[in-house]
Amino acid sequence: MQTKRAIFASRVLPYWLLAPQLAVTLVFFLWPAAQAVRQSFLREDAFGLKTSFVWLENYTRLFHDPNYLNSLKVTVVFAASVTLLSVALGLLFALAVDRMIASSRLYTTLLVWPYAVAPAVAGVLWWFMFNPTLGVIPYVLEGLGYDWNHLLSPTDAMILVVAASTWKQISYNFLFFVAGLQAIPRALGEAAAIDGAGPVKRFFSITFPLLSPTTFFLMVVNTVYAMFDTFPVIHATTEGNPAQSTNILVYKVYVDGFLGLNLGSSAAQSVVLMAIVIALTVIQFRYIERRVEY
Amino acid sequence: MAEVLLKDVRKTYGGDVEAVKGVSLDIADGEFLVLVGPSGCGKSTLLRMVAGLETITSGTVSIGGRVVNRLEPAERDIAMVFQNYALYPHMSVRQNLAYGLKNRGTPRDEIARRVKKAAGILDIASLLDRKPRQLSGGQRQRVAMGRAIVREPAAFLFDEPLSNLDAKLRVQMRAEIRRLQRALGTTSLYVTHDQLEAMTLADRIVVLNGGVIEQVGSPMEVYERPASLFVASFIGSPAMNLIPLASAGEGGAIKGFANGAAPAGLTPASVLGVRPEDMRLAGTEPQADGVRFAFAVTTVEAVGAESYVHGRLADGGADIAVRVPGYHRAEHGTELVALAPHDKLHFFAGEGGVRIPLS
Repeated sequence: MQTKRAIFASRVLPYWLLAPQLAVTLVFFLWPAAQAVRQSFLREDAFGLKTSFVWLENYTRLFHDPNYLNSLKVTVVFAASVTLLSVALGLLFALAVDRMIASSRLYTTLLVWPYAVAPAVAGVLWWFMFNPTLGVIPYVLEGLGYDWNHLLSPTDAMILVVAASTWKQISYNFLFFVAGLQAIPRALGEAAAIDGAGPVKRFFSITFPLLSPTTFFLMVVNTVYAMFDTFPVIHATTEGNPAQSTNILVYKVYVDGFLGLNLGSSAAQSVVLMAIVIALTVIQFRYIERRVEY
Repeated sequence: MAEVLLKDVRKTYGGDVEAVKGVSLDIADGEFLVLVGPSGCGKSTLLRMVAGLETITSGTVSIGGRVVNRLEPAERDIAMVFQNYALYPHMSVRQNLAYGLKNRGTPRDEIARRVKKAAGILDIASLLDRKPRQLSGGQRQRVAMGRAIVREPAAFLFDEPLSNLDAKLRVQMRAEIRRLQRALGTTSLYVTHDQLEAMTLADRIVVLNGGVIEQVGSPMEVYERPASLFVASFIGSPAMNLIPLASAGEGGAIKGFANGAAPAGLTPASVLGVRPEDMRLAGTEPQADGVRFAFAVTTVEAVGAESYVHGRLADGGADIAVRVPGYHRAEHGTELVALAPHDKLHFFAGEGGVRIPLS
């Protein structure tokens, strides 16, 4: 690909033009990240009076802590569920819109609404709907013979947070898939129809492969979303309970750091979390981008 | 191998916009029929109705003796070549060719045999493992053709397949399509807006305008005896000179007109047509036989082997063009006289533009 190359008369000017962006990145991203890394090597008492350098002790402790390992497992289940569900549902709705002839604009508008709802509000919304005493859904489930209680059942609690987090993210995925579908020339589907492929076959052999760049982009974005941005959802609903069953890594960072005041461990956890997300992103872009190319 | 019959086919969009207004056509087995017309004339819609990509509002389409109105595109036993090829970008050329066969459950060795054969015919055997994006425009076009011929369908449908190619390649592919269709003997329906493509490819041309057939005939028939004013103006390049008789009657710009050339039934609203290539400049010879057009030169277009002298009739009426062999130099405003033989004149009724036969 050819890139445009601007020529500046002054050698200093380009750096000045970049400076604001670099400053923002430095102050708001790199510096805090560096602080977290530094802090993860320290142990501090709860009042911040004494700080000692402990090398990797925070990390070794972390990986011997059954609570942390459990949180890791919970996060994997949670992030995988949220990503798969929200991508799949987003795609499903986008396909529906793509087939619609009338009123697809209205449908699109309505589907985008959840994205405008703050995560915490989304959490509260679902918490009410699933509330064992007040909620609509437990009422219906009870009629079907299922005793819903996310305050006691780890599975129910997980379903609740996954539902709330997925619901919010569907809009985003939906919009990308709608754009992706529109970018696929209609003639391809028509050619496939003439080539004897039914709607299902057409989807799997033509549409889905051609959407794969979009799909993989969304996989990355949604994984990162599930691991970081779902904090308010958890906070507003289960607070990691019952029995740590919804205590995902990012929530545990908060609990251990701000409630437990174990700043060293909390910092170590956020560094691990950062490493996980960076690794995931790199893997996805490295391996999957290559496969996606056509 | 099949004939394709269209009986009073109509297409209406949204209840009141009629795109195709009752078209009936018999396409014989093995015939190459070209639908030609300006954009928006309904030619693509008609083709897509035959393909099954548009519903048929009324009328019937039958392919090989089978009414296909309600059949899926896949069940109609047709293959289509699209304007922008519609190759599957994520599949290799081989997979592109095999896709239609695989969907129909053709045995693996049969697929391999047919793909090899088609690749051989189209000279794309060396490209089989490439992806479409690695191919040039002409190669993509061949692959699109290949995808149609591996299926060995009852009919080929072409939707302006050459319009994305550059001029030179277009001429080359045009000849190739013609050769291929002759060799395979498959009934073909070809849509284009390019009258030159229509003239060179077709066994028969169908000129469509506003969703209605203006004329059906062999290329030479359509060229020599255009059935309407529209066909006269659409077929032939540069276009036929069309001169309203009202503006040319008394002023004296057109002479020699009364010598038995004019058919009965002309009115002042009628239109006289004469092709630039049927005219010549009257030289020094005093009284050649034919109709004489006195005009003043506006521009001269030299295209190499010939030149077109454009001018305006002396009485200020219509513009005309005259073909002159070789290079012709003429100043703007020069007064010249063009000559056309009586039997090369065309007359069209003023209203409706229907051809008035020469008596």
